[in-house]
Amino acid sequence: MAGRLGPLLAVAALAAVPPLLPKYVLEVLISVLFFGYLGACWNILGGYGGQFSFGHAAFFGIGAYTSTLLFLHLGVTPWLGMVAGGILAAAFGLFAGYLSFRYGLRGPYFSLVTLAFAEMLRVIAVNWKAVGSSLGLVVPNRGSAPVLFLFADKLPYYYVILVMALGALAITRMIERSRMGYALAAIRENEDAAEAAGVDALSTKLAAMALSSFLTALGGTFYAQYFAYIDPSLTFGPAISIGGLLPAIVGGAGTVAGPLLGSFVLTPISELTRAVLRGRAGADIMLYGLILILVISFLPNGLVGWFRSRRPAAGRAA
Amino acid sequence: MSAGHGLEISALTKRFGGLVAVSGFDLTVAPGEIVGLIGPNGAGKTTVFHLVAGFHLPSEGSIRFEGTSLVGLKPHAICRLGLARTFQLVQPFAGLTTLENVMVGAFNRSREVAEARRRAAEIVDFVGLGPRRDVPARHLTLPDRKRLEVARGLATEPRLLLLDEVMSGLNPTEIEAIIGLIRRIHARGVSLLIIEHVMRAILALSHRLVVMHHGEKIADGAPAVVARDPRVVEAYLGETTEAAPR
Repeated sequence: MAGRLGPLLAVAALAAVPPLLPKYVLEVLISVLFFGYLGACWNILGGYGGQFSFGHAAFFGIGAYTSTLLFLHLGVTPWLGMVAGGILAAAFGLFAGYLSFRYGLRGPYFSLVTLAFAEMLRVIAVNWKAVGSSLGLVVPNRGSAPVLFLFADKLPYYYVILVMALGALAITRMIERSRMGYALAAIRENEDAAEAAGVDALSTKLAAMALSSFLTALGGTFYAQYFAYIDPSLTFGPAISIGGLLPAIVGGAGTVAGPLLGSFVLTPISELTRAVLRGRAGADIMLYGLILILVISFLPNGLVGWFRSRRPAAGRAA
Repeated sequence: MSAGHGLEISALTKRFGGLVAVSGFDLTVAPGEIVGLIGPNGAGKTTVFHLVAGFHLPSEGSIRFEGTSLVGLKPHAICRLGLARTFQLVQPFAGLTTLENVMVGAFNRSREVAEARRRAAEIVDFVGLGPRRDVPARHLTLPDRKRLEVARGLATEPRLLLLDEVMSGLNPTEIEAIIGLIRRIHARGVSLLIIEHVMRAILALSHRLVVMHHGEKIADGAPAVVARDPRVVEAYLGETTEAAPR
């Protein structure tokens, strides 16, 4: 019962409470959902398929730049630009994925290649005048223009990212229960054995890569609209890649709710350390790193794994 | 040489750099047949399995299954043609349950999750893992993992199953049980090619015995005849004199 009711109550609370919250708390909550969303996107390929991408910023940046450039130069609404960015990112994901998977790059080698691809795009963006080079691009604020994905205050952005995050979790749940979910898990556990059992590892990984990069790019557009400013290091930099994979790993890689749960724990900690240690450059990151080390060494299977390992014991006691 | 008759391997050669692991090797497995593949350690038996199942590319020679050439096909494609294999060192999907492991194989013949689950459950019962169905594979004992390995291969509904030392590390009682299981698999209409060091088992099961030594075939025939072949005895004695007596 609690298994069904819990998520429903959580969603109801996430939908109902925010209008009552102070602005700062709402901003933190938007961050929580934003990184939870990125985590969910990363989780499809990294958590379920075991392909640890360190370069999802590549897809994120493609999304942010595509929708923003289409808007600035052609007046295309970012709602449509978002889809264009997603398609472009998926194409890039297929390209990078094909190169890596076709030539048998597994484990850390795949991670390094994805990192290199993201860095490559960052350097291109820095040196390309037509896309604003290192100065970046400003999304002109014309007050409230819902058709153009622009809102006067934070609340609508909150609901947009809420829908995106819940949508990503719903897609994850669908995959988990499908043939593709089993194929991805088999590849994660043992790719040779998966192939021997008839799993087309290359196609399965490419499909996961395409979906994961498409969804990650939508996050890039959200970022551009919400902050109204993008530059190469913000969008293509490693902070975004890490920002997606950490909540997934801390919450529980390869679980539906893991990334969102992880973000609910990590994002406030990161906000807090930044607020408390303001002015001492780097100290907040050191403290954040320390907390991460503790979490990972004590919860190797993430928060969801920890809950699951406790549940049977609790059930017997009751 | 006619098309469409089981497995036909001819003049198969595999070189790894300067090392010739398999050399001019011929082998057939007719539909309904159980063929034993034996030979001293390092004779190239497992390499033959890797070549047939698509994990290695042959240097020379041909491999045909039911008339289709397997050379250059990926392992999953070969599996879908109806030729499955197990691994000598068991390779379970450790984080998945017994049933989920077998479902991965069952998805070859059914895209529907419920259908795959039903077929997998039937095979889990068939190999005797019913009571361990929802246990993560990492918690299974070695004999159970061997059964799981067979179950996952069987779930892909092969017409030919390659078993690579599914009895190694098992005690005599467990070996008896596996022999019974292999007989029941054969009774389902599956042909088998079996690599095995447990002589008693391979002699009891095989219709025909093929012996490899230094990558080459040195004998092929009825088990009782092959076991007395001087070249076979020499290949084995040459090794046992160096090893500690058992």
